[in-house]
Amino acid sequence: MMEPCPIATEHLCVGHGGVAVLRDVHLELPPGSLTALIGINGIGKSTLLRTVAGLLPPVEGTVLACGQVLHAMPVAERARHIAVVLTGRPDTGMLDVVSLVSLGRHPWTGHWGKLTKKDREAVNEAMEVTGIARLRHKLVMECSDGECQKVLIARALAQATPVLVLDEPTAYLDLPNRAAVVRMLRNAAHSGGRSVLFSTHDLQLALDLCDRLVLLRSAVATWQGTPAEAVASGELERAFQGSGVQFFPGQGTHRFTP
Amino acid sequence: MPKGGWWLMLFAVLVVVGIAAGLAWGSVKVPLTGVWEALFLGGSGTAGTIVVQVRLPEVITAAAAGAGLAAAGLLMQTVFHNPLAGPGVLGITGGASLGVAVVMLAQPVWGLLPLAQDLVYTVAALTGAVAVLLLIVYADRRVGDGVTLLVLGLMIGYLCTALLSVLQAGSEAQALKGFVLWGMGTFAGVGLARTPWLAIPVLLGLVAAIGLAKPLNAMLLGEEQARAMGVDAARVRNMAIWTTGLLGGTITAFCGPVAFLGLAVPHVARAFLHSADHRVLMPASILLGAALALGCDLVVRTAWTGVMLPLNAVTSLLGIPVVLWVLLSGRSWTRRR
Repeated sequence: MMEPCPIATEHLCVGHGGVAVLRDVHLELPPGSLTALIGINGIGKSTLLRTVAGLLPPVEGTVLACGQVLHAMPVAERARHIAVVLTGRPDTGMLDVVSLVSLGRHPWTGHWGKLTKKDREAVNEAMEVTGIARLRHKLVMECSDGECQKVLIARALAQATPVLVLDEPTAYLDLPNRAAVVRMLRNAAHSGGRSVLFSTHDLQLALDLCDRLVLLRSAVATWQGTPAEAVASGELERAFQGSGVQFFPGQGTHRFTP
Repeated sequence: MPKGGWWLMLFAVLVVVGIAAGLAWGSVKVPLTGVWEALFLGGSGTAGTIVVQVRLPEVITAAAAGAGLAAAGLLMQTVFHNPLAGPGVLGITGGASLGVAVVMLAQPVWGLLPLAQDLVYTVAALTGAVAVLLLIVYADRRVGDGVTLLVLGLMIGYLCTALLSVLQAGSEAQALKGFVLWGMGTFAGVGLARTPWLAIPVLLGLVAAIGLAKPLNAMLLGEEQARAMGVDAARVRNMAIWTTGLLGGTITAFCGPVAFLGLAVPHVARAFLHSADHRVLMPASILLGAALALGCDLVVRTAWTGVMLPLNAVTSLLGIPVVLWVLLSGRSWTRRR
């Protein structure tokens, strides 16, 4: 029998206060794959991410985590299954980098949050793979936006979950940092065996570095497949129809029309 | 020694020194050997009576109030994600004061009933504190914006002051005097027999505050992110709020609305420890709060012989520079922009 997907949704309707923004979403995040969630502002990317991460109850349908209903799980158990990086930069005060990354061990430690040797290894490894080991004792509030994003991702990696969900991790970053962040996520998926889902507006990065795309075209039309399929079938173009963006399916690139 | 361990030890030593000084110092100087005799060897005489009956309750009250207010301040600052939150600023002590004022000035009405006065005051203060807290929580849910919340807290404070003055205008001179003195804040009015009424609830509150250290750390990243890390954020927030109500309400009932300690102490602790980890910050704030309150009490008692300074004048003179420093430097909280 096949191992159930780390995350799969069935007839999922997401929204706030019982009002659906997206309907009938079928999503599968296989292990070891990097998936980008793409759609215009306000279409419901964040709502979908929060629902898939268990932070928001679905309006209808279910999210299955390894075959279990995600929203019926206790909070602590859910946090051992899914790690989340929300958008925006938190005010962290006197928190230094290593302390913030250590917070990722929260679901694994006891009442006092004391780190064991294994916890410290997970923290160090997360800092190593995100390239922030040298920032160890720097205050997070003194880090640049790029460094801060890597710290937040390292925290999520230290949580050691099979699933990783991120809301616009490349926002506010310069080009090299955007590439670095997505490569980091790709690495977390491919060598870490995780299912990684993130929302982004960086089409090119999504096309070049992701294994799968989820396109949100309208409240009732979601599409998922490989980047090549998205380009070839014209789905990508359709997702941005009438927005003044011209797609070149042959090269998989786009230009802005004046 | 973990990070901050030495600071914790230093603060603990300060508390011990403060207690010893508080027992020995005052209008009548008692040597430390005399203090020892009075406390542990059942020493008699005037000195013994002063130490046990007058100074011991005052010292316990000061330590408990300082520790409790500092813990309450740290809880509020983390839960509301606001550096200027504290039991005073958010109107919690104001609500407690109003509760106490109502029962204090209405004493002729319920005074005939067989009720313990302390119990009535404490319940009234707790009711006032929790009522304000619930209002603040509701407002925080609705607006979710730190500045609005602070303005609301100030408004609640003003409202309580206005209602207080209305009450005072129509009350008898005797009740009024008692209330005005209480309003200036004091650690001296508790008395040995009543100390457990203050000390036990405060101790419970402190244990709860320390017990929340781990989830509070996660809350530093925001409530939703904390939920994603396996924290039952709503429960932690509620526990923090009830603990603050218990601490702020009880302390206000016995000591009056003590200004600034709750707001200022966590910032001083952060600055010394250079840490945001509540597992050291909470104990450090508690110890430092106790030490500072003991220090303020000494200033109150010994500044001018024969004249007791109002406690709130001393805590304000100490607290205001800290608040200004927080506002102007922003060091211990937000990112410098």
